[in-house]
Parts: sequence; structure tokens; C-alpha cells
Amino acid sequence: MSDAPVFIALQATDDMRPVIEAIEADNPHATVNHYPAMVKIDAPGRLSILRASVEERIGRTWDVQELQLGLISLAGHIDETEDAFVLAWQ
Amino acid sequence: MTTATATAMAAREAARPKLSLKDKYAVLTRDLGWDTTYQPMDKVFPHDKFEGIVIHDWNGWEDPFRLTMDAYWKFQSEKERKLYAIIDAFQQNNGQLNVSDARYVNALKLFLTGVSPLEYAAHRGFAMAGRSLRGVGARVACQMQSIDELRHCQTQIHTISHYNKFFNGFSDWRHLHDRLWYLSVPKSYFEDAMTAGPFEFITAISFSFEYVLTNLLFMPFMSGAAYNGDMATVTFGFSAQSDESRHMTLGLEVVKFMLEQDPANLPIIQKWIDKWFWRGYRLLTLVAMMMDYMCPKRVMSWKEAWEIYFEQNGGALFKDLARYGIRMPKYHEQAAKEKDHLSHIAWGIFYNFNHAAAIHTWVPEPNELDWLAQKYPDSFDQHYRPRFDYWKQQHDAGQRWTNPGLPMLCQICQIPMAFTEPDDPTQVCYRHAEHNGEHYHFCSDGCRDVFLGEPEKYVQSWLPVHQIFQGNCGGATLPEVLDWYHLKPEDRGDYADSQDRANWQRWTGHE
Amino acid sequence: MPVIALAPGYTGEVRDRVENFHGNQLVYFGWDQHRLFCSPFTLPLPPDMPFGALVDNVLVPLLGAHPEGAAIDWARVEWLRGDAPFTPDAQASLTDNGLGHKSLLRLRTPGLAGIGGSFN
Repeated sequence: MSDAPVFIALQATDDMRPVIEAIEADNPHATVNHYPAMVKIDAPGRLSILRASVEERIGRTWDVQELQLGLISLAGHIDETEDAFVLAWQ
Repeated sequence: MTTATATAMAAREAARPKLSLKDKYAVLTRDLGWDTTYQPMDKVFPHDKFEGIVIHDWNGWEDPFRLTMDAYWKFQSEKERKLYAIIDAFQQNNGQLNVSDARYVNALKLFLTGVSPLEYAAHRGFAMAGRSLRGVGARVACQMQSIDELRHCQTQIHTISHYNKFFNGFSDWRHLHDRLWYLSVPKSYFEDAMTAGPFEFITAISFSFEYVLTNLLFMPFMSGAAYNGDMATVTFGFSAQSDESRHMTLGLEVVKFMLEQDPANLPIIQKWIDKWFWRGYRLLTLVAMMMDYMCPKRVMSWKEAWEIYFEQNGGALFKDLARYGIRMPKYHEQAAKEKDHLSHIAWGIFYNFNHAAAIHTWVPEPNELDWLAQKYPDSFDQHYRPRFDYWKQQHDAGQRWTNPGLPMLCQICQIPMAFTEPDDPTQVCYRHAEHNGEHYHFCSDGCRDVFLGEPEKYVQSWLPVHQIFQGNCGGATLPEVLDWYHLKPEDRGDYADSQDRANWQRWTGHE
Repeated sequence: MPVIALAPGYTGEVRDRVENFHGNQLVYFGWDQHRLFCSPFTLPLPPDMPFGALVDNVLVPLLGAHPEGAAIDWARVEWLRGDAPFTPDAQASLTDNGLGHKSLLRLRTPGLAGIGGSFN
């Protein structure tokens, strides 16, 4: 398992706000940086976006693929399932 | 239907086993492919073996983003609806008046003439790659990317068309891309990729450009747009970026896939990584200049961007690929040394030849010169401020300085030979090779190596300055050449003396 | 290294052969350590042009655009052909001075260090 930095950058929109909150809550080792119209979340080694976490915050079912609507950029190998979107280096 | 029946049906529906995301994706993409029997596979796919890349099992291809076509249409059309609504609002509200100042608009001119045509070329290139590769997973990914790239071209044209109503230099972007001297830089870069085989194309564009270097194109332009009040471009940018994430993963996936298939692929891929890192890096010269000189409100310096997005992020990537035997691209250390100089060199080129460019240039304001000095403590005051002081003096005396001749160009990157020795910023870097009795010149070791790798390709380079002297560009005089370029007087020259600036002052009451 | 192409023996048309320049040849010229000019120049010149005529009729006017251009002491300058120092014969042609098609000519002016000594 590598500690090399991964990141995800998301649009600072209403849709992405609960996603960003979920990421912050589930990834205590991550740093959240705010830029104009964009939020960039950096973490050593791994970042997990969990469907259940987002659903808790928005009060409806959420499809992990809805991430497509707000994704700007990322770094790391992706593992995408119905339940999570994980970025990590090996 | 009774409630009881509806409830029963719903219960049966819920109980029916559903395919996982991975399985649904496999069924709706991979499993729609087949090996041909009426004609041999090699005849149906005649272009995916000549590069020497060996693939034993295409099923080894992993699909990181498992988008089926129905999901693709759903999400893409949602993005389009949002994007066009924002563009409409921008136009209705005269959003162009909210940019920091009209100098910023020159970044958009550079973008429309230099980058948007590359999106169209990428659309074609991925269609070609999608047709050429026999693996179904790769073909699906390429087909989606081909549509994405066409979308990017269209949305960029649409977004930027609004600026065309108010500022010069936009109207003939397609024609300019094919003829104007500095636009041969992006044009030849992409044509090099498109004339390669499908594996090299994907390594060059998906991996080297859209993974390794993409953040150095999109983040500066889009953050630059955000900082300078250009919300239309920000919106387009972020909308495109969500597609870019899929593109990035395609790039990483294809490289991993090739490396895992056969050890014979390693040296071929390393050679491509070296070539396309350097070619992409040279292409980004235009972005370095945009970041440090063309954004009145600056986000960060080129130097900072290079450190974050290449040295750190790129470093992590190549550390990860080291387990396959891949090393950092050749000459990355030279790029690191050059980060203190690149943007200043580039702005110098455009200042020199502003009489023949479709953007305006200018001497930065005193506070901007100070920002540059602060961001570049080891280079700016010593090597670059003196030229700006001289140029300001000349402009104030009514003698705007320009270069009296035509530049020497690098045979590979086609940029004027303005780059300096990695260890001596006062000395132009001259590199040379002879091939079949002819002489060729290069700006750097990196470009020279690209030439030596495939000389028969680059002896054909259509170098703008040479073409002018061959008489192929409208005539022997500068006015005839500018006419052939479709470059109008109001498109070129110093910003201080431009129609754009005069209009801006009239519309906003600002400088 | 040969191009790896669909068929072996791939060759490309040499686009900048001297025949394409209507009796001229290209000579590249750079003034070392004077970076106000962003890059060296490309000059289309008759191959039989005397070197002295190149200096008087082409380089002097060209370099006049630089604030130090008029101060050049042409009797004391140094020349390089490619990266090797050489002493040109002012009466002889470019060809006879070893300056053929797409050759590189470099000028050095020790003592002239550009604007404010910054090599601009």
C-alpha cells in the first residue's frame, strides 16, 4: 500500500456539497482545499466515497455514478462499485 | 390492476437478482463483441499489431468507469442541459463585461485557435483508435471518448462564440489554426499523434497528455477563468473536466494493460512516454505564458503549477509505475530547471512577433512585474525585467519594439528557438542533427531525440517560416502573408493600442 | 532509427530541400547572449553572396533594432559556424565560407553584454 498522494477535485455546486461532506467525514486523513468554483481533496494513499454516507446526507438513494456530474479531476487508481468509489495507489 | 397485484409484482421485481455494476457493464459492452469468422480477425483489424505491441488476452482490460450507453446518455445530457442554461444566462447578462479586464480575453483567443481544434482532432483520433483496436473494452472506451471530444469542441466554440461578438481575434479560428505560425505548434503535435498507430496514439494522448499533463492545461485555464470573472469558461471547463476524469483513467489503464500483457511492450512504451512527455511539455509553453502573463488576476505561477501537478502528482504516478519497469520520462530534470524561465521565454516570443499574432501582448504593469519577481526570485529581475523596462520605454516613446526578421524554428516542436541551455539562461540552446545530407535543428535534447527516433517522419515538417520563404504563404511580403493568414490589423499588435482596449474603456469606464 | 510503419521502408518527403527556395538557401543567424531578440533569425540568402555583403546589407540593419546594434565593432567580433569558432573571409561567398543550406552562423560581441549587462 502506497502513501503517495491521491486527490479528487469536485465542482463547488449544491449537488456536490453532500458528497464533499461525506468524503470529509469518511476520510479523516484527507485535506480539503477550496478554490474558486472547485473543491480539491488531497489524501495520502487512499480516498473513499461511500454511497451510504452520501445517502445519509441527502435523504434519497444516490447512484455512485452521479459523481460524473460534478467530477473535475482525480489522481489514483479507481475502483468503482455500486457502493463506493475508491481512489488509491498500489 | 388491483393493489394486491401491483404489490405482488413489486415484490417479485425486488426479489429478482440484479446484475452488479461490473456484470451489467460486461453484459452491455464486452459481451456484444465477437471474434469474426467470415474474415480473419487480422484482416478486420489490420492496424493494431504493426507497432510491435503484443496483446495476449484482451479480456485483461479493466474498465475503471463502468458507464453503459444508457448511463452515458443520461449523465451527458444532464451536463449539457446545465451547461447551455448557464451559457444562455451568461449571454443574456452580458457576462463578458465582468471579466477582470480585456487583456484576459486574449487567453480565450489562444484557447479557441490553439486548443479547440485539438479537441476536434482528438474526436477523429479516438474514432480511429476505436476502429483499430480489436479489444472490445478498449473500443467502447475510445468510442465514448470520441463523442466526448466532439462535445468539448462544440461546447468550447459555443461558449467562446459569445466573446466573438465583442472582441477581435476569434472569428477565423479554424483558418488560423491551419496556417498561423505559432498554431503549427499544437497542430503538428496532434498530427504527429494521429499519424501514429493506435497504441501510440492512446499512449500519447490518453496517457501522456490527458493523464500526466492534463492538469497543467485545464487547471490553469479554468482557474484562470474563475479568478478573472469568466464564468462561462469556468462552467464549460468543469463540464468538460468530468469527461476528462474518464479520459485520464483510460490513459492509465491502457498503459498498465500493455505493460501487464507482455514484457516486450516495456521498451516501446518507455520510448513513447519519453517522446510524448517532451512533446506535451513543449506544447504547454503556451499555457505557462498564459498563466504568468495573460491573467490579470493570477492563480499561481507556472513554476508552482509545475511543482504541484508534475513534480508531485506526476512523481507519485511514476513511482506507482516503477513496478512495471517504467521510469520517469527522459529530460524531466531539464523541465524542472526550465520552470524558472519558460513563461518569460514564451511571452518574449509573442512580444517579439506581435505584429504577426492573433492575440495582443503588452508590458506587464509595475505590480505585475513585482508579482513575477516575487514568484521567480532566481530568474526574473536578473534575466527578464530589463527587457520589459526597455520595451516600456520604447512604447512610451511611440516606438513599440518588434522583431525585424523571422525566427529560426525547432524542427520538432516548431516553436522559435528561444529556449536556453538548461544550465545557462543567457545562452540559446542549439542542438543539431544531420540526416541523409540535410541539416536539422532543435531547441533541446528532448526534441532532438524525438527526431532521431523517427527522422523520416519529421523531415516532412511543415515549418511556417520555411514555408513563407518557399513562397507558399501568399507572397513575399509581410502584408501578403498576414492576408493569407486572414490576420486583420485589429487582431494584432500591442494591447495598449488595440480596439479591444478602446472598446473596453468605453463599455466599462475602466482601464 | 527507422520509422515503425505499416510497411517497411517508410520514407518521407524532405520539405525543406534547397531547390524549394527559388535560388536562395537558408542560413540561421543568432547574436549570442542578446535575448531581446527572442531567438535566432532565419535568413533566405543567395549562396554566392559575399560574407561581407551579408554583414553590411543584412546583419547591420537587422541588429540595428537592438540598442547595442550600432555599437558593434565588426572588426573585433567573433564568429561561430555551428558550435565551432571560425574566421570568415569577407570576400568569399557564403558557400565558400562553409555556410551551406540550413547552416548556423553565430555572432559573439565580447564587451557588449546586452541591456544593462543582462544579456538582453
